[in-house]
Amino acid sequence: MTFEPGDRVRVLPAEKPGHVRTPDYVKRKAGWVEAVVGAFPNPEELAYGLSGLPERPLYRVGFLQIDLWDDYTGPAEDHLYADIYEHWLEPERGTT
Amino acid sequence: MSNHHPHEETGGTTSPYAARIRAIEALLLEKGVLTEPEVQDSISYMEARSPANGAKLVARAWVDEDFKELLLSDGKAAASELGMDPEHPAEFVVVENTPEVHNLIVCTLCSCYPRAILGRPPDWYKSFAYRSRAVREPRAVMREFGFEPPEGVEVLVHDSTADVRYLVLPMRPPATEDLSEEELAGLVTRDSLVGVNVPRAPARTG
Repeated sequence: MTFEPGDRVRVLPAEKPGHVRTPDYVKRKAGWVEAVVGAFPNPEELAYGLSGLPERPLYRVGFLQIDLWDDYTGPAEDHLYADIYEHWLEPERGTT
Repeated sequence: MSNHHPHEETGGTTSPYAARIRAIEALLLEKGVLTEPEVQDSISYMEARSPANGAKLVARAWVDEDFKELLLSDGKAAASELGMDPEHPAEFVVVENTPEVHNLIVCTLCSCYPRAILGRPPDWYKSFAYRSRAVREPRAVMREFGFEPPEGVEVLVHDSTADVRYLVLPMRPPATEDLSEEELAGLVTRDSLVGVNVPRAPARTG
């Protein structure tokens, strides 16, 4: 596992065609690793009848809603978890 | 197609989508990709599951602290303990509402849902409107379902993007001390298991 709970991460802006499990609205957004979910066969390959191996680490990544949406009107503490595969994440070094 | 399907809906579904599904099913059977017993098994699997399973898990957790701990740490083990069959390739995670945090579940990419426990999701859960708005304006969505989190409660949205299916453990409503476990389960709606609403105590009569 490359990342640990508490690590700051950013979702890569990749435009990968076909079956992916990373929704557009989190791309380029910075958040934190909330938990390591485990390792699973890569669904982007399973969808096409491939083995999906080796298994890929999956992380529960937390985002503040105000970082996801410029016009979010709820409290600043409201947040969102999405489960994101490791190959969609990079370490976040900048400040947000 | 001349063969009569035993699960044909008596209402006579004639939408183009239903017709397409029937045609694909007939082709899969004809080509031997699927067998009729496999199709029947799959239908039985789904029909054996319902929100009542989720309600049982919640009610037991409300009356039994040890069970609640198990439910939150190993959802499948907890479901098995109540005689359910939670087997599904995906993980099953139960998230707890507290006086500080209210959880809401969505699948923006498709319609991931804890089917192994609850069966098929409701149509609104699969709608574009719910999937797009639940992440963007969760509080407005909950308000439309009739629920407004109290002041100071944080809203936490879970987007089921990958290999985990989520279920909400709502808070036990106040003034329900006299209710049996079965009566408590009766308060737990499907909406409250997704988090768009919360269970409410029955209105007092007399």
